Amino acid sequence: MQYLKPQSIEEAADILSRNAGKARILAGGTDLLVQLKSGMIEPEMIVDIKHLDGMHDITEEDGGYRVGAAVPGIKLGQHAGVKALWPGVVEACELIGSTQIQGRCTMVGNLCNGGPAADSVPAMVAADATVRIAGPNGARDCAVFDVPTGPGKISLEPGEFVTSVFLPARPARASDAYLRFIPRTEMDIAVASAGVSLELGEDGTITAARVTLGAVGPKVMLVENAARAIIGTTLDDDAAEALAAACRDAASPIDDKRGTVEFRTQVAGVLAKRAARIAMTRAGEK
Amino acid sequence: MNFPAKTKRDFKVVGTRVARPDGVDKVTGRALYGADFSVPGMLVGRILRSPHAHARIRNIDASRAEALAGVKAVVTAADFGVPEDAALRDIQDNCMAREKALYHGHAVAAVAAKDAETAKAALKLIEVDYEVLPHVTDVDAAMAADAPVVQEGRADETVPEGSGPNVTMYTEFGHGDLEAGFAKADLVLERSFKTEATHQGYIEPHACLATLTGGRGELWCTTQGQYLVRELCAGILGMEASQLRVTASEIGGGFGGKTTVFIEPVALALSRKSGRPVKIVMTRSEIFCATGPTISSSMDVKIGITRDGRITAGEATLRYQGGAFPCETVSMGAQAAFAAYDLEAVRTYGWNALTNRPKEAAYRAPGAPVSIYAVESVVDELCQEFGLDPLEIRLRNAARDGTKASYGPTFDQIGLVATLEAAKAHPHYTAPLGENQGRGLSCGFWFNFGGNTCVSLNLNNDGTVGITEGNPDIGGSRASISMMAAEELGIPYDKVRTVITDTNSLGHNDVTDGSRVTFAVGLATIEAARAAIKVMCARVAKIWGIDEEAVVWEDGHAKPSGPNAGDFDPMSIEEIAAIASETGGPIAGHHEVNAEGAGVSFGVHLADVEVDPETGATKVVRYTVFQDAGKAVHPDYVEGQMQGGSVQGIGWALNEEYIYDEDGRLQNAGFLDYRIPVASDLPMIEPVILEIPNPGHPYGVRGVGETSIVPPLAALSNAVSRAAGIRLHELPMSPPKILKAMMSKG
Repeated sequence: MQYLKPQSIEEAADILSRNAGKARILAGGTDLLVQLKSGMIEPEMIVDIKHLDGMHDITEEDGGYRVGAAVPGIKLGQHAGVKALWPGVVEACELIGSTQIQGRCTMVGNLCNGGPAADSVPAMVAADATVRIAGPNGARDCAVFDVPTGPGKISLEPGEFVTSVFLPARPARASDAYLRFIPRTEMDIAVASAGVSLELGEDGTITAARVTLGAVGPKVMLVENAARAIIGTTLDDDAAEALAAACRDAASPIDDKRGTVEFRTQVAGVLAKRAARIAMTRAGEK
Repeated sequence: MNFPAKTKRDFKVVGTRVARPDGVDKVTGRALYGADFSVPGMLVGRILRSPHAHARIRNIDASRAEALAGVKAVVTAADFGVPEDAALRDIQDNCMAREKALYHGHAVAAVAAKDAETAKAALKLIEVDYEVLPHVTDVDAAMAADAPVVQEGRADETVPEGSGPNVTMYTEFGHGDLEAGFAKADLVLERSFKTEATHQGYIEPHACLATLTGGRGELWCTTQGQYLVRELCAGILGMEASQLRVTASEIGGGFGGKTTVFIEPVALALSRKSGRPVKIVMTRSEIFCATGPTISSSMDVKIGITRDGRITAGEATLRYQGGAFPCETVSMGAQAAFAAYDLEAVRTYGWNALTNRPKEAAYRAPGAPVSIYAVESVVDELCQEFGLDPLEIRLRNAARDGTKASYGPTFDQIGLVATLEAAKAHPHYTAPLGENQGRGLSCGFWFNFGGNTCVSLNLNNDGTVGITEGNPDIGGSRASISMMAAEELGIPYDKVRTVITDTNSLGHNDVTDGSRVTFAVGLATIEAARAAIKVMCARVAKIWGIDEEAVVWEDGHAKPSGPNAGDFDPMSIEEIAAIASETGGPIAGHHEVNAEGAGVSFGVHLADVEVDPETGATKVVRYTVFQDAGKAVHPDYVEGQMQGGSVQGIGWALNEEYIYDEDGRLQNAGFLDYRIPVASDLPMIEPVILEIPNPGHPYGVRGVGETSIVPPLAALSNAVSRAAGIRLHELPMSPPKILKAMMSKG
């Protein structure tokens, strides 16, 4: 197995495109190393991108933030600006792994691993975040929602890799929240999860919302009916229940060692409702 | 309380919280564990495991693996003999499948190669021709007459005719007239329970380094008993015990799971074949698939009670499976089930059935947690039916001194009532509960064990003391042993150092199990110290020219007594040691014993839980443990045992389980999906130590290592029942099960 450390994004893209299927990207490595150790993958080369320009940077851009592909959870959690604008994305990212893992794990890795239960993904989709993708034909932007396509699968072309995530600007009275269910309090994988981002009007009613679910389908779900159920309301009990029902309707989980269809469906609704209430409170406090 | 005179003494060292001698090395990473030993020329051993739950091995072709550069040996069952002794044969067959692979992960071949990469590559070159057979992993399914047959002809003489083909044993305990007892009851409840298998979850993987050349062997390994490892390995490899020296490394947890062998005979066989030292370290996945979890069970319990709370009769039928080999753990479950109660009529029946699962290994109070869970759940449900206080009902029916135990013996000086009284008096019992919260209580019991023990105590020339003993230290025993020696000799703790030796430096010692070490090794240490004191007094008597009987030992000094009192200045242990070579040579004491009189231990646990009504998640919000330690030699370690056992029991109750798919493959062979509690899942567990001295030990010590895992299962189930208004009869009580029960109740 070869370890390669390209000196530019172009060189990295070149190596990756010439070695499609044989090379794996190393940024935080918290999924990669586990997969290597357990024998799940046996790549011929590891391409380390974490030292490339901008990979560790969080920069303001058009009132939002661009987060480099190698920015670890701990660094995101210490960034006051991102925390204030997108607290739900930050809290989702902070749920990945343990304290030690937080020193390395990245949102981009979490996304590109393709896991249906990845914690940061529903939060990023609720935030309508985009990623910037480098590749043999130059850079392009893509909605986070369109990156995963199924368990372990993503839409990137051979030679492409994500260099940053962009979290957009938003109005003053807006916020987000992310919740997951695990049987323990940490060191676990989401059995079901929900992200909610919403904006409030002058009168305190919800004017815009995005509701997402994780771990209840082959990839992250954007539940438009759930958003519709709360837009124009103040998230009264009926609206919250309608949101939960829309989420239950949308959920299409599987039975496995981590949970049953019945449980995941039910809890997806509960989490969405609770996340919406937290986002509502946060937005109202602004 | 009536304490026997001999245990009523003022301790100076025993009962204090001194620093443990191994602590700094362990927290700084200097301590040497099983995987930390290496020697020049060492090969890496790897094991090929069955992907099937049950399969006949038609053929193994290892020729391509053997031809791979860097491969020095490949072994299969053909490289071992077939031991005559059935128990030894089972252990060997578990280490290396013969004829059939009996469970997912069963070893079928092993390789020794120059490095890990080569060994891994070689495993892929071994071709095993399997004939996949029908399998069974559930105990009830395995009991059936038409179940897939795991092994033919393994029923022993206790099994009644007409039993299913996988039933290996039947046992029965109890006394009194059940029918008459149930007739006296105002309410009789009968409930059925199921519990899943759980793993000990020790952090340190099994690891060993073996050399076997010219008929002589050296084995370094992590184990709870180097002497047992020697006996088993020598038996399997056809060696005499004297030719195999086994040294136990530091041990990173065992909880009973390291009281047998899995990789050691394989490493020795690979070394014998390759002529080189061979090291094997198991992965976590191998540990879950192929070491010994505890039993899973299916149980029926029937208990009758009068309206005012007198239990009139109790009956339990236990069906355990302990994997693909005969297992007698159900016998301990059947004996322990009703141990906390003073009953006129009681009967327990135990069955064991073979399944296509790994061979059970001991796990902290083997067999008792689940049977007591079932009994304590029904007792609690009876209390709920009649609106009785669960603690008062336990007190009312508690086993006491003189109670004829449900498993035969008559109890002498037991601490159950005192433990219940302590729980009743504790603020926890009456503390207010919040919304969605409930409180559960359960009693627990363990027999404890003594066993074969050798201790040597040597007086060094400077008056310090060295103790050599043969039981791996899994719970702080080196500190406790040094403390008891210091106590008896009347010298400071830091003047004593205890080491755990290899098999060829001391006589036989039973395994570190049965909560026996502080009791039995402590007892032998005290006796060894007394023997050394006798020698020291004799030497001093000779110097002073008086009778040996006229010299007494006090506070680390020999003193003249009786008619000679005051005639001579006391001689300190240092002075005696300094001139030992002039008074007859080195001074030592030793003691060898098959220790009896390990007093039983009772515990009572109080658990408060909060159940999320929308997700079924259970949070433990308060937990208190009351346990009889006899005499707590080192209270920190006693509390640690009480807390650690509780946590393992809480995991068993809430989330830990072996999950098999329909092909009989283990689905959660790792700590991510085998969910042991993490620190943030738990409140600080408050330990309350009671000291009701054990008459069988010079200082009153009882074993404390196992009882604490017993009560949490029912304590949590009873608490969940009161918090959520639903009662599950199944473990683990994972959130999907609780939510489902709450939703169907509406």
